[in-house]
Amino acid sequence: MSDPSRGGAAAPVRAKRPRPAITHDNAFFWEGIAQGRLLVQRCACGRLRHPPGPACPACHSFEWEPAEMSGRGRIYSYVVMHHPAIPPFEYPNPIALVELDEGPRLVASLVGVAPERIRIGARVVCEIAEVEPGTKLPRFRPAGEERS
Amino acid sequence: MSARRRKAGKQGPKRAKTAAVRRAQPVRAAKRKAARPGKPKPARTARASARSARPPRRASPFASELARKTAIVGIGATEFSKDSGRSELRLGCEAVLGALADAGLDPREVDGYVNYTMDNNPSIEINRGVGGGDLRFFGCVHYGGGAACGTVLQAAMAVATGVADVVVCYRAMNERSMQRFGAGVQDRPPTPTTENAHFGWYAPFGLLTPASWVALSARRYMHEYGATTEAFGHVSVACRKHAATNPAAWFYQRPITLEDHQNSRWIVDPLRLLDCCQESDGAVAVVVTSAERARDLRQKPALVAAVAQGAGREQQMMTGYYADSISGLPEMGLVARQLWDTAGLGPDDVQTAVIYDHFTPFVLTQLEEFGFCERGEAKEFVKDGRIEIGGALPINPHGGQLGEAYIHGMNGIAEAVRQVRGTAVNQVPDVENVVVTAGTGVPTSGLILSGN
Repeated sequence: MSDPSRGGAAAPVRAKRPRPAITHDNAFFWEGIAQGRLLVQRCACGRLRHPPGPACPACHSFEWEPAEMSGRGRIYSYVVMHHPAIPPFEYPNPIALVELDEGPRLVASLVGVAPERIRIGARVVCEIAEVEPGTKLPRFRPAGEERS
Repeated sequence: MSARRRKAGKQGPKRAKTAAVRRAQPVRAAKRKAARPGKPKPARTARASARSARPPRRASPFASELARKTAIVGIGATEFSKDSGRSELRLGCEAVLGALADAGLDPREVDGYVNYTMDNNPSIEINRGVGGGDLRFFGCVHYGGGAACGTVLQAAMAVATGVADVVVCYRAMNERSMQRFGAGVQDRPPTPTTENAHFGWYAPFGLLTPASWVALSARRYMHEYGATTEAFGHVSVACRKHAATNPAAWFYQRPITLEDHQNSRWIVDPLRLLDCCQESDGAVAVVVTSAERARDLRQKPALVAAVAQGAGREQQMMTGYYADSISGLPEMGLVARQLWDTAGLGPDDVQTAVIYDHFTPFVLTQLEEFGFCERGEAKEFVKDGRIEIGGALPINPHGGQLGEAYIHGMNGIAEAVRQVRGTAVNQVPDVENVVVTAGTGVPTSGLILSGN
């Protein structure tokens, strides 16, 4: 791979997706994704929280463990991105806010459904995909029983 | 006035109260604990004294002591363009000098500045540039356009407490020619800061732009209240109609129809091009001093009847997707409650409002949070010219950020000053009180300016 910053050949560099900033609070989530698991923080008091944070807003405990989610949920809201076209994304690009059956909400890509057929309330299931070499991300697609 | 706004105004004040109280309970409880002796209304004094031997509380835990203590006495602005051709620092100096000249004040009389954390021009550079003197107060307000009226809050607090005598608030930016916000945050380096970690929940999927962050909330709003994109279009049409007769507006003489709105291309479905404000180069500055001193200055004072900031308990930066309900703007409800209670006013007392319009859907939500209409009813409220000049509540008579320019809300404060003075190019008749709001979807702010 040529690296322009090291004076390599002027070959076009394919744009990559923006990578998340990994902190001590969220590293477990992205490590879980790399292993194919959708993990959400579960506080010592039992409450789930996402996006993750250092402490429980309800009981103030800093103690928590990662809990694996079923990946099943419903579309709570969604958008279809059209403009500006930012590489490497392909457009139209549907993105959903999904409410997991366990409760937490999560933003991720929506695949396997035409933009005009997306509906709030539709059941979806999470899959973890390698969207570019070395990068795995969660995404949702319509749950089997509702495909038509 | 109330007759013209009959439909929505009837239950307006009551609505604002109940909505804000419901959402703001924790704040209220905390404030009560910290309540200091204030200036309660007479009727309340007796009741409070009867209950307790402690000093009487203020009439409302949401009321501050800043009511009518300060005034905006000068406004200045550059032209609004897509390529200013000069530095942001120069734009800032031009606007600040313009505002001081408007007030009849010398730069050496300024002893404080407030700007946005997103502004690239430190106040010491502005002060040196305009030939100012020693500074006793300087601050920045965070959270993008949510800072707009917050700058005036900082200035008013400094002036009311004697920390400073004359404070200038400004925003200067080559947003279009130098640093487009609409381009999104794809270049943000993933250093593990708290704010970068926040964007990490959206950027990897391509949810990269302010329009997209608002659109995800807007879709849910549409779902819950049955609003269509035409409701958003009424906001665009009103703002562009007003801009069309404002020579300072970028879209001067270029009104649009609802059909134009519906035919404009998708940016982020459900938002079209004409739901999105402009990207602009320009600067605006306003001068704040005491109400007492304002009486001796050149212009009719625009009294700061109330000014407040607000952030909700589950506040996020543009992506408040995790609260039980995401179809309101609780931070703006909190601002509204503080403004009404501090000023002793309600929706029927306002003749025109400058409602922050970076994207049209949140204009509807703000009308609801302020109690100008019921929750979920803004889709009807904005119809039939009701938010246009001549309607029950004309909004953004300068054209707003959709029509005049996007100066992060600062141009809206300047317009409110003109409306109070009676010198606006699209003057609303008999203006006594004007509401101004700041950026939405973020920690925000608002103010009420009054003629007396």
